[in-house]
Amino acid sequence: MDPETHQSVGQTLAILLAVAWLLPLAGFAVEVLAGYWSNRLSKAAAFLAVGCIGTGFVCSAIALGYWGVQTEWAALSATDSHHAEAGVDAEGHDGEHQDSHDHDGADAHHDDAHDDEGDHQDDDAAHAATDDADHNAAGSHGDEAHGHEHAGTPAFFGTFYQLARFGSLVIGIDYYIDSLTLVMFVMVTLIATCIHIFAIGYMSDELTEDYVDHQVHTADGGHFHRPGRFYRFFSYMSLFCFSMLGLVIAGNIFQVFIFWELVGICSYLLIGFYVERHSASTAANKAFIMNRVGDFGFLIGLMVIWTYFGTFRFAEHEIDRQPAPGVSEMVRVPGIFEMVRGNDGQLDVDAEAGVVYLRDGEGQRLVDPESDAPYTIPYMLLVVAGLGVFAGCIGKSAQFPLQTWLPDAMEGPTPVSALVHSATMVAAGVYLAGRFFPVFTPDVLLVIAYIGCITLFVAATIAVVATDIKRVLAYSTISQLGYMMLAIGVAGWAAGLFHLITHAFFKSLMFLASGSVIVGCHHEQEMPRMGGLLKKMPITGFTMLVGVVAISGLAIPLITIFGEPIALSGFHSKDAIVATSLAFTKLNSIHTLLFLVPLVTAGLTAFYMFRLWFYTFWGEPRDQELHDHVHESPWVMTGPLIVLAFFAACCAIGGEGGVLFSLLSDSEPVGLGAGYAAMDSGGVAHPSHDNVHAVHSTAGNLALLAAFAGTIIAYLLYGARVVDPGEIRNQMRGVHSFLVEKWQFDKLYDAMFVRPVHVVASWFAAFDRIVLDGILHGSAKAAIDVSKWDRRFDESVIDGMVNLVGDATFAIGRSLRNVQTGQLRQYVMFIAVGVLMLFVLLFAFFPK
Amino acid sequence: MVGAVLFVAGIVCMATKRNGIGVLMGVELVLNGANVNFVAFSRYTSLALDGQIISLFVIVLAAAEAAVALAIALNFYNNHMTIDVDRAEELHG
Repeated sequence: MDPETHQSVGQTLAILLAVAWLLPLAGFAVEVLAGYWSNRLSKAAAFLAVGCIGTGFVCSAIALGYWGVQTEWAALSATDSHHAEAGVDAEGHDGEHQDSHDHDGADAHHDDAHDDEGDHQDDDAAHAATDDADHNAAGSHGDEAHGHEHAGTPAFFGTFYQLARFGSLVIGIDYYIDSLTLVMFVMVTLIATCIHIFAIGYMSDELTEDYVDHQVHTADGGHFHRPGRFYRFFSYMSLFCFSMLGLVIAGNIFQVFIFWELVGICSYLLIGFYVERHSASTAANKAFIMNRVGDFGFLIGLMVIWTYFGTFRFAEHEIDRQPAPGVSEMVRVPGIFEMVRGNDGQLDVDAEAGVVYLRDGEGQRLVDPESDAPYTIPYMLLVVAGLGVFAGCIGKSAQFPLQTWLPDAMEGPTPVSALVHSATMVAAGVYLAGRFFPVFTPDVLLVIAYIGCITLFVAATIAVVATDIKRVLAYSTISQLGYMMLAIGVAGWAAGLFHLITHAFFKSLMFLASGSVIVGCHHEQEMPRMGGLLKKMPITGFTMLVGVVAISGLAIPLITIFGEPIALSGFHSKDAIVATSLAFTKLNSIHTLLFLVPLVTAGLTAFYMFRLWFYTFWGEPRDQELHDHVHESPWVMTGPLIVLAFFAACCAIGGEGGVLFSLLSDSEPVGLGAGYAAMDSGGVAHPSHDNVHAVHSTAGNLALLAAFAGTIIAYLLYGARVVDPGEIRNQMRGVHSFLVEKWQFDKLYDAMFVRPVHVVASWFAAFDRIVLDGILHGSAKAAIDVSKWDRRFDESVIDGMVNLVGDATFAIGRSLRNVQTGQLRQYVMFIAVGVLMLFVLLFAFFPK
Repeated sequence: MVGAVLFVAGIVCMATKRNGIGVLMGVELVLNGANVNFVAFSRYTSLALDGQIISLFVIVLAAAEAAVALAIALNFYNNHMTIDVDRAEELHG
């Protein structure tokens, strides 16, 4: 694609996705204001929200179609899962396209491809004829330095708005659009639309002036009454959609962080939607704080990135070097991905010096223009950057050790759990791990894989004993996220993201179905009280079954329709992950656990999911009174269930040769497909696509075996009741209680973090009370004492002097009174004597 | 010399007499003593004629003043039935 077309296509895509992204924000603004002024009983807010996100979905689908048409659907023809090995091209990024792939197979896939991503049409004629000729042209970018990060179609990137500039660091609102972005947009908007429609039904009991919250008790023992909050729910949901889409479209890591925090806030608001319930507000706090702990690591990663890369942007961009004030000189600067991996996906490491050289888009080392010294980053700091950013992912995606917030987040309404905590927000962590993949060194990837592995096992074991229907699904989400992280860690990039998309569909489906069950059972969430609901809630039951089969990864072996195994979407994605981990383990046999644990857990997953299904929908009702009042949900709630069930079943048609996987593989970081040999100093080797393909069938069969085993055991225990699960619980009481206590993580964190904080807080409170208040009270008392002394002084001394003067005058006056005797003769004497004295004085002092 | 003697006698009289008339006598003595002094001055200093004139004034004034004084004494006797000056204490404080 020549540069001008690239530019214009990029701009069109940017505008389409920006519309999809910003519409929910407009919706949020309107709902917040309108909610204040409008009627509490109107559903206008909901319709507005649905309208915004639905339009967003249409825009995303159009964008995907437009992208496809402009790139002539090169992505779909560039599948390499059925390839024979071919040499890697000198321009490494084209390696996969040059392979002589099985054309017939590829075309057969395309012919069955469903319109599941929107309204695109397959251009079969174009493919068949022009594939081989065109994929060089369509997929190549030898002419221009664009999107070297990709193995496939180059990405579109640019800036919407520049926010600030600090030296060489330019922070702006950027976009980075490739097939992953487009697929994520379509997925998020589609699921969000379904969930918004579902929520119209689910939250309809908030459409009242007086909502009675039975879980909050007032002081006089009654239940809490409050006005309904229907519009507020939808305003939060719109804000959340805006934040999530902003995260997906982000073109620099700082923007990701901004929207990361925004989704965190929305999650906090939505989990704590029933604010007055102590459990809900505590859960919201817990979620946000644990996310924050991860974000602390994220910030450290950001700091390292800024220090050594000088930019946050993923893709190359132009900055104004400004050699002199007022003079502008645009210089092309490579983006982060190119700096670390160049254009061939390899790390340029100097093992003795322990540094990684930064490179530019052409593969040359970046040098400082003045001193000609190459830019480097110490290897350990690159590891720190990767781990830091991954720490954010751990928090956001509820991986070990920060996984305890997600089950408590089920305090929010079920649509929230479906949207935020299964399909989108927690997926943001996986999305970032995938997006940021080029910056992760092999050590970081190994850490990611192990954390994913631990998480998936821990969560699956806890899900086995959980009894609240939403909690089982929450632990299942954690476990599946662990799968995705594991996949990314073993360099199964597309596999992990494939699982992300399929998981989003079937998990949100299952959450919505459980919401339907909860509403049908009048807000009862404990499974031991349910049972036999299939007859009364058939649509919910069967759509839930679709979801359960999908997540268990079941397929009908040995039978293929149109060359495809009969399987739902989860089979293909889990298959891809297990295959990649097996290939990884074959190359690095010391890490065999990374294959065995997911395999066993696949069995566990099938077990607990079918346990959930049988417990809820099969057999005899355990609470007859509850059962009598159960009713199927209205169409506004079951409609989205059916739509999502369709996608959960069909979105991964074709498996690794299918539309979805091909679209995702198109955005694979460059060089990944060829594998990565271990460094001389030790480390891990990453499997190439061919390694994976070689073990694919083995892995698939083993995974399927595990899943079947789990399903059969679940049926025996909960379906046919051959063995009573209660007896097993009694036998393994210690294990059971350990699992029910969620591996004691909550208690551990309570002792490690919460108690010490309380202790320190009490110290500070005591300090405040004793020292600071003491000073205040002391100074107040001192002021009072001074004033008392002052008063005494005033009264005694000063008043004394005044009184003295007065008394003296009086005394003098009294004594002078005595002179006036009234005796005339005395007066005459005085006169005479006076005259005499006068004369004497005159003659004495004035002698003539 | 004569004048001085007369003057002093008059003062003493004024100061010590309990009788009101006695006090007035003293006043006369004082005035006459002063008169004599004036005449002496007219003879032995440069006053000359002025001394004579002054003594004439003094005589006239003495006469007028004696009249007034007697009037006061009479009034005093009307109010107090006595002319003892020690009894005129109403102005004491």
